[in-house]
Amino acid sequence: MAAEGQQHPLKIYWIMWGALFVLSAFSYATDFMDRGALRHFLILLFMFAKAGGIVWIFMHMGWERLALKIAILGPPVAIIVLIWLMAYEGLYVQDTRTEYYGESTFEPETPHH
Amino acid sequence: MSEAVAEPQGSAGVVHDWSRDKQVFGMPWGKAMMWFFLLSDTFIFSCFLVGYMKVRISTTDPWPNPSEVFGLTVFGQSVPLLLIAIMTFVLITSSGTMALAVNMGYRKDRKKTFWLMVATAALGATFVGMQAFEWTKLIMEGVRPWENPFGAAQFGASFFMITGFHGMHVSAGVIYLLVVAFRVRSGFYEKRGGKYEIVEIAGLYWHFVDLVWVFIFAFFYLW
Repeated sequence: MAAEGQQHPLKIYWIMWGALFVLSAFSYATDFMDRGALRHFLILLFMFAKAGGIVWIFMHMGWERLALKIAILGPPVAIIVLIWLMAYEGLYVQDTRTEYYGESTFEPETPHH
Repeated sequence: MSEAVAEPQGSAGVVHDWSRDKQVFGMPWGKAMMWFFLLSDTFIFSCFLVGYMKVRISTTDPWPNPSEVFGLTVFGQSVPLLLIAIMTFVLITSSGTMALAVNMGYRKDRKKTFWLMVATAALGATFVGMQAFEWTKLIMEGVRPWENPFGAAQFGASFFMITGFHGMHVSAGVIYLLVVAFRVRSGFYEKRGGKYEIVEIAGLYWHFVDLVWVFIFAFFYLW
């Protein structure tokens, strides 16, 4: 199949398209929630659902051979290490700043439109 | 056959190695190369987003609330993130038209492919236009890469860097799609064996731009 290109019934694209609209609406709806664990969980849930749908269906990754799946989806896993390192480092920097410079005295303006 | 063939050395060897006609991925090389380009782009955008995470964690100043900063007042009512939500839907719509264009391309329906790609490009241009509006609005409110009145200075740097780089990708995509669309219409690919995998390759790039926006929307605007 790969040699002749990716040809699939149109129906699957319509379903995916609709799902993306619904998931985007859900994503946007999280902005009306208070910040907290539930909100962050839902943001990530809808984000990965959308990203998965785009890669698997629209970019046809689901129909590609395993060799390509591994070559493309494998390396980004390393980013998890970078995220962990930078989060760790960031918390440390914040601690040192608070200790040596003290708490922030910044007085933010409220955005007006 | 059992005897080992002597391989050329030096510059002739370089040519030999690069043209030995072995391939791993059973697909047009352009498509495989687009996938590798997108993989490298994934790392670039990841570095931006991780950098943003790091400065947001490490700053002691309060982080500006994106729902307020990007809110719009409509009919006297303040709606959070309104423009960004519309931009998200514009990009999702363009993703759908692109997916259909790829399908029509493989069916060799040149007319439909052309119009679907033009529609995709038009939606992409709309997105960039709205982003220009958003940038203008924020700059007029005093947001700079080094300071802003709403909170931590790093907000501006992250915002202009991340959305700017994404906007540049969308702009490049609009040009890319239009070039391919007009070549589809003019019959350029008919002269080259009538293969329309180029539409799928352009589509991969476009879906990737949409994919990056999903992450930016989640981490920068919603988090």
